[in-house]
Parts: sequence; C-alpha cells; structure tokens
Amino acid sequence: MAMAMGCLLPPEPSQAAYREHQSTWSPYENNGGTCVAIAGLDYCVIAADTRMSVGFSILTREHSKIFQLSEKCILASSGFQADIRTLQKHLDARHKIYQHEHNKQMSCPAMAQLLSNTLYYKRFFPYYAFNVVGGLDNEGKGCVYTYDAVGSYERVGYSSQGSGMQLIMPVLDNQLKSASPLLLPAKESATSLTESEAIDLIKDTFASAAERDIYTGDSMELLVVNASGIRREYMELKKD
Amino acid sequence: MAKADVKLPQMQSGFDFGLCRRNDMLVKQGGKPAKFLKTGTTIVGLVYKDGVILGADTRATEGEIVADKNCEKIHYIAPNIYCCGAGTAADTEAVTDMVSSQLELHRYATGRESRVVTALTILKSHLFSYKGYVSAALVLGGVDITGPHLHAVYPHGSTDTLPFATMGSGSLAAMSIFESGYKEDLTREEGMELVSAAICAGIFNDLGSGSNVDLCVITKGGKEYLRNYKKPNPRTYIREKGYSFAKGHTQVLSTTIVPLKDKVTIIEGEAMEE
Repeated sequence: MAMAMGCLLPPEPSQAAYREHQSTWSPYENNGGTCVAIAGLDYCVIAADTRMSVGFSILTREHSKIFQLSEKCILASSGFQADIRTLQKHLDARHKIYQHEHNKQMSCPAMAQLLSNTLYYKRFFPYYAFNVVGGLDNEGKGCVYTYDAVGSYERVGYSSQGSGMQLIMPVLDNQLKSASPLLLPAKESATSLTESEAIDLIKDTFASAAERDIYTGDSMELLVVNASGIRREYMELKKD
Repeated sequence: MAKADVKLPQMQSGFDFGLCRRNDMLVKQGGKPAKFLKTGTTIVGLVYKDGVILGADTRATEGEIVADKNCEKIHYIAPNIYCCGAGTAADTEAVTDMVSSQLELHRYATGRESRVVTALTILKSHLFSYKGYVSAALVLGGVDITGPHLHAVYPHGSTDTLPFATMGSGSLAAMSIFESGYKEDLTREEGMELVSAAICAGIFNDLGSGSNVDLCVITKGGKEYLRNYKKPNPRTYIREKGYSFAKGHTQVLSTTIVPLKDKVTIIEGEAMEE
C-alpha cells in the first residue's frame, strides 16, 4: 500500500539539488607557515618561518609569526594571519590591564591559560590560529604549551604547529622523546638537549621542511629565552 | 580535480561514466576521492634567431607537499622536436610518449624528418577527443624542414602558434618576463638568458614551481638538452652531526642463509645484436 502511495507522489528533490543552490560564506584563509618550540631545563627556543602565502602565491617573504607577550613568554602562530594579529592585540591588551592591576608581568603558565580561555571564548566562531607558547615558568625552567584552534592545550617539552608540522613532528619525537604525561611520579617535560643543540636541531628541521612543504620558506626567525633575557636570530631558507 | 558530476540518466556517448557513480557513492560513505600527482609548473618556450628554446622548472607537487624535487618536464617527441608538459604528470608523460611513438613509426614509413605540425595535430586531436579529461597543458617546440615552430596546447585541444609561450601555474610570472624582455631575432645566449629568467620568475614567485631550471635548445640539425642548467635553490642548512641510530633498534627474529651456487647452474648467454 505504502509503495503504491509513493508512486503517486511527485518525486522528492534530491539532496544534491539543494546543495547546488546553497550559497557559501567563507571568512577564513590559510596563510601557511610553520612554528616550532623546544623547552630545555633553563631555556626555551621558539622559531617560525617568515613566509606568508595564500594559494599558490607568496604575499610577503618577511612576515613575523612570533609575538612577544611578556619578558618571559613568546607566542608563535600559524593559520589565518588576520585572526592571529587580532588575537595578539587582544592578549597584549589583556596583559597591559593585568600589569596595571597587579604591578607585575603575567607568568608564562598564566598567559598560557589566558590564551586557552580566549580561544574557547570563540568556540563557535573560532580564531583560525594554531599556536605554540614558549618561555620560562615560575621556577625558571623552559616551558612549551601547544594548542588547537578552540583552546585545548597542554604543557609539553616540544611542539610544532602549522603547514610543516606533519614533516617536523616525527623528527622531534625521534630526537627528543617526550615523557608520557601518564607516568607517576611525573617526569620532567623539558628536553635534555643543551641550548646550542636545540638550536641546531630546529635549524635543520626548518631547512628540511622548506625542502618539501611549499608553504614553508624564505627565512626563519628564532628566539631564545633564558635567564639572561631574549635573543633573536635569523636564518635563510629556500625561496622557491 | 573537480568532483565528478553524477547526473547521468543514461549513457549517450561512447564514454562510460559508471565509475563516477561508484566513486561518488564511496565519497558519500566517507571515502576520499581519487587524487593525482599534479605538477604545479612553470614551462616556457621561445623562438630565437636560429631555432627554439624550451624551459621548465623541476618541482612536482601533491597538494602542498613537494613529491619530486628534480623531475623532468621537457619530454622527447622526436630528435628535432621536444615538448614541455604541465598538468597531471601521468597525462603529460603518456600523451608525449604516444605522440613520439607514432612519429617514430611515421619516420620509418616515410624516411623523412618529423614535422612539428604533425606532432601538434596528433596531440590536439587526442586531447579534443577526451574533452579536457586528459589534463595536459603543453608547450611544443621544434625545428623542421619548414623552419622553427612553437605552439601552446591546451587540455581541451585548442592550440596557439606563438613566438613565445608560457604554461602552468607559473605562467603569469614567466609571461611578465617575456613581455618585458622578448624581441625578434634574439641570439642563442640572449634567448637562454631570457628563458632562464622566465623560469626563475616562476620558481620564486609561484609556490607550485620550484627547484632547478631545465633548458632545451633546438636548432636546424641539432639540439642541446641542458638538464639542471641552473640550480638556484641549494639547501640552506646542513647539520654537522647528522643523525645516527644505535644498532639493534629492529629485532632480528631469525636468520637463514641459502647458498644459491649449490642449486643453480650458471650458463653464459651470447650478447644480443645491436
């Protein structure tokens, strides 16, 4: 009976037909780029390439993805640079307010939590930003925090984000071997490498990522945070 | 690659799109559509005083990953004809191999040097009959009895006859160099310099193109294939220490050694005729 009824009804328009008439709105763009951070016992190295691109075009070869949040806290971000710039300005403003209220700079772990809250605040219209925070914690140890776009975060010994992360992360895993967060008592998350060894490793991973990832290249900006302050270095990468 | 259109009530032409339906069903079930190695590319060619110069970059990409850092994009068609290819790598290779095979047979049959127009006609009729599904964008160049020739061939089968041509994702960058620097009756050195500059424009400004410059200079009665004419992109950092791995990371479960000499008799064969 039901089948006979069905034959009399006009055919239902297929789902595909509706899809064709749907208009789309796309507020995001991916500007590519790669960020890496490694925490040591008394230092932290944060690096990112300086290429900004969209599609098959390079927009600029010297755009910094690294932002200094405080004297001991650095943010490196890839993704959509307009969202990233907005996020940086927002965090900077929040940090100014904090300094007026508390008469001191925010600690790196506190800044890491603030970034997570800021990202989750826009859970249903997220910042298209993939962040790594690096710096020194309250005891002066190196710390790295890694994020997803909506605020899930974790303290780790090293991390990579962005278009070259699939190429870089396995090399870091192999060379640095993170301690399992499930181990009891908790193991040191910082890596045992010396500062110069960590810089050497980062430079090599970036040179390798620039060989195979089209969105990584031009040059690499590298910041070292330690007890004596912040030092900045640059290294040339492939420009093709 | 565009997703296949599946609104096909019944077969009307000689093509069977049955697999399009199957593929669309698989995609709906959460599968991934088939992907191809697409060479985001810069290829160029120009006519100079004594012949034709072709040029190409050497990067092959799969999405955002560089699949091959030093591939060959200038294909052999005949001793006096070469062809640069952009688009799906498999298509450019298959289509140029097919034409070179047909021309070789044609030379055996006629005993004459192949002409560029012959290659062009075979290419365009093949591409036209496949309605653009054979995604090969080509720059065809050569010198024959009627002089130097350069053609651009589009995936749907249309062709251009030009004094200078560019193709691929880096074609705009390369064309800007040609439009500002090309003039008639360039010398060999000037021509090579201009082609190399056009390819470099693609290599540095188009993310789909990269690595090295290949050139091919074809003249009346001769050609010179200059593989890796320029290498403008060396690695920028080499780790002194390298990477070493301690022995014993892979466990050897058992070892058997079979001496083949006891089981096989070796008989030396005679060398084949040339």
